[in-house]
Amino acid sequence: MKNVVAFAAGLLFALGLGIGGMTQPAKVIGFLDVAGDWDPSLAFVMGGALLVYAIVARLALSRPAPFLEAKFFVPTRRDIDRPLVVGATLFGAGWGLAGYCPGPALVSLASGRAPVLVFVVAMLLGMWIEQRWMARRAAARSLRASAAASRRRRSG
Amino acid sequence: MTDFTPVSSLLGGFLIGAAAALMLLANGRIAGISGIVGGLLRGERNETGWRALFVAGLLAGGLVLQLVAPASIGPSVVGFPLLIVAGLMVGFGTQLGSGCTSGHGVCGVARLSPRSLVATATFMLAGAAMTYVVRHLLGGGS
Repeated sequence: MKNVVAFAAGLLFALGLGIGGMTQPAKVIGFLDVAGDWDPSLAFVMGGALLVYAIVARLALSRPAPFLEAKFFVPTRRDIDRPLVVGATLFGAGWGLAGYCPGPALVSLASGRAPVLVFVVAMLLGMWIEQRWMARRAAARSLRASAAASRRRRSG
Repeated sequence: MTDFTPVSSLLGGFLIGAAAALMLLANGRIAGISGIVGGLLRGERNETGWRALFVAGLLAGGLVLQLVAPASIGPSVVGFPLLIVAGLMVGFGTQLGSGCTSGHGVCGVARLSPRSLVATATFMLAGAAMTYVVRHLLGGGS
């Protein structure tokens, strides 16, 4: 049942993106181009989504648990760190460059056109590189930490 | 130049909000596309099923759009080299920044999460800045 809901939500999400205009890169660029011939349509997409989600999320999160799970899986971090800001900057710049963010790019694969497929492959590669890079950094950090700990043990 | 479409855009936004709300209300999950796809890449076992089906739903929705309203899926506005650069930036950036337009921009902002508010303001500004550079300083695009 959880999987059926996930599929239905994905489908509904895709239709919303398409009807809203998010799957037209020209329209996305037209929205971001505030100094040019500005098309504010996508602010309405975001406004509409925020309105519905804000109301339902408030009601949902006041319940002890969701309908099909024992608990909510909602991010709780509140700190603003450098990866958040650097990552959002990179993402925004890439979004402004081609007019695709992850959801609309995946939905647009159905057009069967090569350019969006190239974008999606590059996007998946970018995700993979970040994950590998983070894993390496974490491994290097724990290696340094354990080396420091064993030095302390020897000298202590 | 594109037409201003407030009615269909608002309707599309309602659908996106409803889809994300359904994920939260039933499954207790955030409908963040980059988080879902990144999680699939990471291969977290117990979480793979629903993530794969959400992405399958996205792709199926794309097919419906392609069949019913093919004009709703627009062509790319840049060539292959820029698509590759942009794709790498979007992929890397959304993982490093823990979200994209859906997870931060809709789900996080609606819950007034400080991280999502900062991320959303940041990627909107960066997107507008990049568009300004490409369109008005370099004179590219159309």
